[in-house]
Amino acid sequence: MLFPCLCGLGSLVSSQTPKPCCLGSPIVCERQRVCSTDVWLSDPQYPGAEAMVLTAIRGELVVIPVEWSWLTLSRVLFSRQEVMKWNGWGYSDSRFLFNKKGQAEFTGRRYRLSGMVLPSLKDWFESTFGASLQHKSPATVSSMCATLNASAVPFPSLNEAFLQDLKSTGIPFSHEAEDRVFRAHGHCLHEIFALREGKFGRVPDLVVWPNCHEDVVKTVDLACRHNVCLIPYGGGTSVSSALECPPDETRCIVSLDTSQMSRILWIDEKNLTAHVEAGIVGQDLERLLNESGYCTGHEPDSMEFSSLGGWVATRASGMKKNVYGNIEDLVVHIKMVCPRGVVEKSCQGPRVSIGPDIHHFIMGSEGTLGVVTEVTIKIRPMPEYQKYGSVVFPNFEQGVACLREVAKQRCAPASIRLMDNAQFQFGHALKPQVSSIFTSFLDGLKKFYITKFKGFDPHHLCVATLLFEGDRERVLQHEKQVYDIAAKFGGLAAGEDNGQRGYMLTFVIAYLRDLGMDYYVIGESFETSVPWDRVLDLCRNVKERIVRECRERGVQFPPLATCRVTQTYDAGACVYFYFAFNYRGLADPVNIYGRVEHAAREEILANGGSLSHHHGVGKLRKHWMPESISDVGIGMLKSVKEYVDPDNIFGSRNLL
Amino acid sequence: MASNTLYSPRDPALKKRDDFEDILEERRSSSDLRYALRCYVPVVYKGIAPCKPGVLKTAVLQSDRLRHVVAEMSKETGESADVIREEASGILEEMAHRLRLGTVRFFAYSLSKAFKALFQRVRVNEDGIQRLQQSIQEHPVVLLPSHRSYMDFLIMSYILYTYDLSLPVIAAGMDFLGMKIVGEMLRMSGAFFIRRSFGGDKLYWAVFSEYVKTMLRNGYAPIEFFLEGTRSRTCKSLTPKLGLLNIVMEPFFKGEVFDVSLVPISISYERVLEEALYARELLGVPKPKESTSGLLKARKILSEDYGSIHVYFGHPVSLRSLAQGRINRSQYNLLPRHIPRRPSQETQAFVNETAYRLVRLQEENMVLRPWVLVAALLLQNPDGVDMERLVEQTSWLRGLAVSFGAFLDWPDYVSASKAVASSLALHTGLVRTEGGRAQLAMEPKEPGSPEEDLFDRAASVLSCASYRNQILHVFLRPALLGMAMQMAEASRKDDIYSCFSFLRDVFSNEFILCPGGTVQDFDEACYMLTKCAAVHVQKQEVVATEKGQRILSFLTSLFQPFLKGYQVVCRFLCEDAPEGFPESEYVAAVRSFAVKRILSGELTCYEALSSDVQKNALAALLRMKVVRKLKVGDQVTLRVNKVAANTLENKLGGRVSTQKALLARL
Ligand SMILES: Cc1cc2nc3c(=O)[nH]c(=O)nc-3n(C[C@H](O)[C@H](O)[C@H](O)COP(=O)(O)OP(=O)(O)OC[C@H]3O[C@@H](n4cnc5c(N)ncnc54)[C@H](O)[C@@H]3O)c2cc1C
Repeated sequence: MLFPCLCGLGSLVSSQTPKPCCLGSPIVCERQRVCSTDVWLSDPQYPGAEAMVLTAIRGELVVIPVEWSWLTLSRVLFSRQEVMKWNGWGYSDSRFLFNKKGQAEFTGRRYRLSGMVLPSLKDWFESTFGASLQHKSPATVSSMCATLNASAVPFPSLNEAFLQDLKSTGIPFSHEAEDRVFRAHGHCLHEIFALREGKFGRVPDLVVWPNCHEDVVKTVDLACRHNVCLIPYGGGTSVSSALECPPDETRCIVSLDTSQMSRILWIDEKNLTAHVEAGIVGQDLERLLNESGYCTGHEPDSMEFSSLGGWVATRASGMKKNVYGNIEDLVVHIKMVCPRGVVEKSCQGPRVSIGPDIHHFIMGSEGTLGVVTEVTIKIRPMPEYQKYGSVVFPNFEQGVACLREVAKQRCAPASIRLMDNAQFQFGHALKPQVSSIFTSFLDGLKKFYITKFKGFDPHHLCVATLLFEGDRERVLQHEKQVYDIAAKFGGLAAGEDNGQRGYMLTFVIAYLRDLGMDYYVIGESFETSVPWDRVLDLCRNVKERIVRECRERGVQFPPLATCRVTQTYDAGACVYFYFAFNYRGLADPVNIYGRVEHAAREEILANGGSLSHHHGVGKLRKHWMPESISDVGIGMLKSVKEYVDPDNIFGSRNLL
Repeated sequence: MASNTLYSPRDPALKKRDDFEDILEERRSSSDLRYALRCYVPVVYKGIAPCKPGVLKTAVLQSDRLRHVVAEMSKETGESADVIREEASGILEEMAHRLRLGTVRFFAYSLSKAFKALFQRVRVNEDGIQRLQQSIQEHPVVLLPSHRSYMDFLIMSYILYTYDLSLPVIAAGMDFLGMKIVGEMLRMSGAFFIRRSFGGDKLYWAVFSEYVKTMLRNGYAPIEFFLEGTRSRTCKSLTPKLGLLNIVMEPFFKGEVFDVSLVPISISYERVLEEALYARELLGVPKPKESTSGLLKARKILSEDYGSIHVYFGHPVSLRSLAQGRINRSQYNLLPRHIPRRPSQETQAFVNETAYRLVRLQEENMVLRPWVLVAALLLQNPDGVDMERLVEQTSWLRGLAVSFGAFLDWPDYVSASKAVASSLALHTGLVRTEGGRAQLAMEPKEPGSPEEDLFDRAASVLSCASYRNQILHVFLRPALLGMAMQMAEASRKDDIYSCFSFLRDVFSNEFILCPGGTVQDFDEACYMLTKCAAVHVQKQEVVATEKGQRILSFLTSLFQPFLKGYQVVCRFLCEDAPEGFPESEYVAAVRSFAVKRILSGELTCYEALSSDVQKNALAALLRMKVVRKLKVGDQVTLRVNKVAANTLENKLGGRVSTQKALLARL
């Protein structure tokens, strides 16, 4: 076999078809370094397979003979659930569990934490939530099952005329239950909770996989002609109920999956831009650009799965925005297919004064105006040097003051995040048993107390994690500057490992919710942005509000309410909250969860925070839109929607 | 209609209240010195260590708010910022407290001695103390005691010290500083001093409000002030002042604190120390300036028995819950929080309503002694009453009061005759009992001029009234209904309601009647009178029952003095007031008008002489635009609409039947 098969995709496909080649790095050596994903390979071993396409599917690089019909590809995608959980976060092979010894373990081999035992997680988990390994939530069959019970999924209501026309275009589609359910949700708590219980509400009736911009034009055209409702689907990582089908939608709902549009069409090294199809997911985009020595530097925590089009549609924000900017700073050109036609600008000027920026109608439109098909995005040479770091502060107040000063001096590293004490403690619970990269911080800390950290109260101290990027010299200079500022606020450098671990954990933390749900713990994160002078007040009040609301709503155990400052700006910061509680004894935990989250959002707004910094509005937060942007503002958006999509073809009903 | 969160349960009689403990009991059996020197470690807000007063001052002077105001004033006046800052620092110096444990201990010692000499008991509801202790740890706390006596804040601090709670910082009037040593002593026991009026002084206001808010935000100490603004000379709650309440609420509105606990505290005296003083003051004998020697003279007081004090710490009221759905806090999002601005109308209305609610909560938890009932009855029988009858009436009234939710300190095992007897014994100065009859002591000790005698009699009446006044809040709403029924002459509910509404409006400076609560009050009145079977409330009608006659006639005569007092004021304005006379002469002029009428026998109501009634009446008339203020130069003169005054008087006297049009004109 030419290309080793390392993922489920391969084995699945291989059973019926000539061996496909899959997965990243081994391929790289077999082909010339080219910067496009459209890699045409000659493969002498497969007569007839003249060329192969290297493409990115769900974070895995797959090479497929180009001659395979679209069916081969869709075969692969039909079984997306082979690679990813259909009722939880991330890759199927990666999950937290408590092993027979009662120790937490992270399975799989994908992450640094994979295969490791986390001895302190159990204690932290039990003491934080009052949970117990003895109390497993009712083992709903489905949550344990790898596949869903297709018979429980409502039958699709298909628009035959549309289907007929669609078939004639040759664009692949499916109405199988698995495919439809997979695209019926994002990752809000209530969505995942329902899946685990095997409950399916309104799901799309059909899934289509256009392969390029032209396919999208055709699909949208047909949808308009037959009055079919379209919902664009990127990576499915939405946390705003944006992908949920309106339950009362009577038309046929078609999920337009952009995953097949995942090619880098060209790279312009003179202007440092790349023209990319919108379905590409973050990790592939970075990896492929890296191969040419470039990167976008856009790294949202969901970058393993979220797509370029999704970022544009939600106004996403990446961890390293201080160096690279948020999505709105990164895009140079956008092409979007709307019912009214295709919208795009006529040039790629770096800045223009030609009336209100139409990009800003597109960015944040959350799939309500059309499908983003192609994006020209800025790229940068890969950084020569990266360095992690961390600083311990005696308390959160000092930490925030330091971040504020860093922002004032405009010397924020690529990333700077400040965790509160509860998150700091949580970080420790995730310390693996043995590992070279995980130097024992907690043990070290005991030493610290005696030596350096004397006077720091372990119940108040908090940690900032840092990531510097650039050329070596400048990174070191920069680092010194930041540590000097930190020192003024009582901050002490606490090592690179802690920093690195902090960032790595952000990728695995999403998996932890599934573990919690096995033991009656539900939770989620939410975020906001807020002026500097209100950061502390907002953090305190929101956390307190959560605690109070939980108590008042009969939650039997104190909740975990913790926050971190994840981004700094000139005029304010982004604050990210985690909130979770043990729901034993509650009849309707998800409902209570929703009410508390609602209250927390009210508190955020009352404290000068925004409705969202990057998660978007979707349907979850649209209740607050009028008060957030005024009635006139709503009217503006409405009038755009009415012109662009008068028949509400893009009928996900987000935002408005 | 307003939300119901704070209103007492529908049936006030069912209200549960805590039991009391006498804190003097232990003082009588153990060493005061040891008590004063004992280890004192109060719980504090979220474990924060209170900072030194000096640090506090610096924080205030360097606050964004003050810097902003200083810069602005400097721009406006051309004065250098340094000079203004200096001035601010001076204001703060004059204002700030200097709480010192040593002084507190001194007070703990000397007050123990004094209290034991003055009072039989100082009784405190310990459950309330426990709730307070809890609150202090969770949120910034504002203590809001009722204000009847200078004793109030000494007692408060004394109690908090006794229970090992954080000592409050107390907003006190500047006049205390007149008493040199005492003023500084008070300062060192936590008082801070504010000028009585500083209307347009921006700098003063900024320093003052920032000072209070800084203490609140940091959980520095509970903040204590008197909603009523000043001591009530009549033992009737005063309509609340909003300035300080506004200030302590702001940090919550602006998100600087999660919540603020407002704790209404009711301090009831069986006998107020200032009893005799107050009556004279109300009659126009000038108030002695607060001077140290004045207070020392009060030492003579020490030889008398002032009975018991009851201090009831009410349930802490969460400002957050009150504001829920009322205040949109995001209105503060668009202006930097240190820039002062006028509260929105919605906020003003909220603060006002909250203030009224809190005063009502104070009223509700005021402990009433049987004597209060006796005083009410004696005032209704100026010619005296048979002891037997008095006992019967008192017993009847007790039943009525309890069913209306009065917090009566009258245990079941005490018989009515015993209760009456001991009441009379404690107040021999006010009542004469002879030949099986009890009567207000009206005869002057040594006869003087008719006018002097009149004032002596009036003083007795007003003293006695100050006890009756304590129970008025219990009967207020049903009484207004009773009066409205009388006034409406027919039983149509609509008519009665409009009379009710009219009376309520007239008296809203006199009693605690929250603006905008008419419907609620009417319902409450109907409910209470229905409950005691005094009226039948039907869809269209309200009718008195047979049994109700006694209740209704008691209620209406209970409030008769106020009705009379307002009528006298109207009469005066119609007949005697010169065109455009100075406001400063108003009280004296009404008084001499009333004196004339009493001497001539046209008027029998001595309470019409009370300057409190007169001032409240004027405020009502101004509000109703029967009288207008005109500013001429430095002088404020009053201009009367005589027709309106006449109509109002007639209406109060029941001489005009209800006409909507007329009401509208008023
Ligand atoms: C664990 C986790 C971490 C996250 N971290 C971050 C983070 O760090 N920063 C951040 O910004 N967000 C984050 N998110 C939120 C989410 O990843 C972003 O909103 C992301 O941009 C969504 O992209 P997606 O491709 O998954 O879109 P989807 O979830 O598929 O869709 C989101 C919305 O965009 C629309 N849409 C998708 N593609 C297109 C298209 N091509 N054209 C038009 N409309 C389209 C959809 O209709 C939908 O309304 C996180 C989410 C999770 C679960």
